[in-house]
Amino acid sequence: MASLIARRLVSLVVTLLVTSLLIFLVMDLLPGDPAAVMLGTSASPDTLAALQRELGLDQPLPLRYLGWISGVLQGDLGTSYTYGVPVAGLIVERLAVTLPLAAMAILISLMIAVPMGVEAARRQKGLVDLTVGLFSYIGIAVPAFWLGLLLILLFATNLGWMPAGGFPGWEAGALLALQALLLPAVALALPQAAVLTRVTRAAVLETLSEDFVRTARAKGLGEGGAVWRHALPASLVPIIAVFGLQATFLVAGAVLVENVFNLPGLGRLAYQALSQRDVIVMQDVVLFFAALVIVMNFLVELAYILVDPRLRAERS
Amino acid sequence: MRVLARYPILLAGALITGALILTAVLSLVWTPLPPAQINILQRLKPPLEQGLLGTDQFGRDMASMLMAGAWNSLSTAFLAVAAGACIGSVLGLLAAAGRDLLQTVLMRICDVIFAVPPILSAMALGAFLGAGRITAIIAIGTFMIPVFARLTLAGALQIWTRPYVLAAIGMGRSAVRITLVHVLPNIGNQIIVQVTIQLGLAILTEAGLSFLGLGLAPPAPTWGRMLADAQTFIGQAPWLAVLPGAAILMAVMGFSLLGDGLRELLDPRAR
Repeated sequence: MASLIARRLVSLVVTLLVTSLLIFLVMDLLPGDPAAVMLGTSASPDTLAALQRELGLDQPLPLRYLGWISGVLQGDLGTSYTYGVPVAGLIVERLAVTLPLAAMAILISLMIAVPMGVEAARRQKGLVDLTVGLFSYIGIAVPAFWLGLLLILLFATNLGWMPAGGFPGWEAGALLALQALLLPAVALALPQAAVLTRVTRAAVLETLSEDFVRTARAKGLGEGGAVWRHALPASLVPIIAVFGLQATFLVAGAVLVENVFNLPGLGRLAYQALSQRDVIVMQDVVLFFAALVIVMNFLVELAYILVDPRLRAERS
Repeated sequence: MRVLARYPILLAGALITGALILTAVLSLVWTPLPPAQINILQRLKPPLEQGLLGTDQFGRDMASMLMAGAWNSLSTAFLAVAAGACIGSVLGLLAAAGRDLLQTVLMRICDVIFAVPPILSAMALGAFLGAGRITAIIAIGTFMIPVFARLTLAGALQIWTRPYVLAAIGMGRSAVRITLVHVLPNIGNQIIVQVTIQLGLAILTEAGLSFLGLGLAPPAPTWGRMLADAQTFIGQAPWLAVLPGAAILMAVMGFSLLGDGLRELLDPRAR
């Protein structure tokens, strides 16, 4: 198994390098000089030339890429043009909002999806199953940012139970901070839960017909026990696999939801970088998100090698 | 008709998307009022008090804006999916007909593209190209390429192992001809189903881009920007926030129902 993991690690590193190269090339090939984009149209030629030198734009392309990527590998992501501080620090600061938000969203979606999927599978074609099916159609189609607006309308504007947006910071106490993250996390979680419910239902349905579940029932284990203790654990692989696929959508959702709720997270940082034309921050945040998705997919693959003994035997 | 009655999901999807497409096309020749017509005296009027669905913060007619938004949203989504499906499918077919190395390289590139959400690529593109329909189409279309490349490659590789393809190879047919005569017709259905499902996702993404100000430029109404504008007036005029979102929800659900229904109809194994 160690050699298998080592092989996956090498391919992970290659994918990450190719990603960085692609992002760099695309940002470079796009029409428009980053220095000109950052300074706007009214810049004097002298300032433009100075900034071009500062950004290293007067150097040849391969050198610039090597300079950027060796910086990235040493944790130096360059300096933000608008904030005047190192980008690495900015990203770490914003992660303190985005990571807990994503974690809460994943947790909430699991808490909704697993029971719903399992119950729907147990009562296939029954009323519960139909209701769950309808929920998943609506959930997949609902835009997370609209859901955020509706939640604000209901819980902040009308009922006044929750803040309508903003983030007090972790210094204000974990409870206040978590409260500020709750509505956004729910908005992010529901569309995820819809996808996850479908996958859970399909996976449990498949394992319910397997011999070991029948054996568990024959042993006299109650219906619930057979499903929750035997069928569900065996259905984990596809459920975990979906998290890898959904990582991209979670990132996209976070960008939008953070903007609806005015949360100072990474998505908001990307949006601000866009409106201030801060190309360096833009490039770093895109690379960071892409790397996050790739690493998450890698971890998912590792997880199902660990969870499913059959995959372990087959692949090594 | 009798076929439709046997497939309720297909029927529901066809009805919703049919109504949506009709509304979008109708908006080109008729809307209750011009969607950009400002009437400040009648601003923020609730549904039925002024027009069928009320008015926004400039007194523009919501029903007219939603109709025009349907066309803007659908046309952008359609162009993006068409571009992504064509490029992705051709790449997938090429890789299936080609060597292992080509397949590996293509799939690696697909992994990388798939790791960058269209919202982010649109933001990066938007910084250089400016916001607008082209930026949205490129960003969404690029994200669709790996989706269709993977689907086509997987489907095509299966067909390449079939006895009739082996016979065609034995007869000395060229790879291009085998692809066109045997492979493509056999995976066409899968591509059509996927196009339908991706249309829904493209509408969802387009709405997100417009919400961030990366979609069509004002005054052309888009569902996403209507939602962004509604944020300011959420206490006074909740219908501004509810209606465009409901339109997006129905549109995306319509295409996903239609896609699932088509899969049931076209793929006997899914029944």
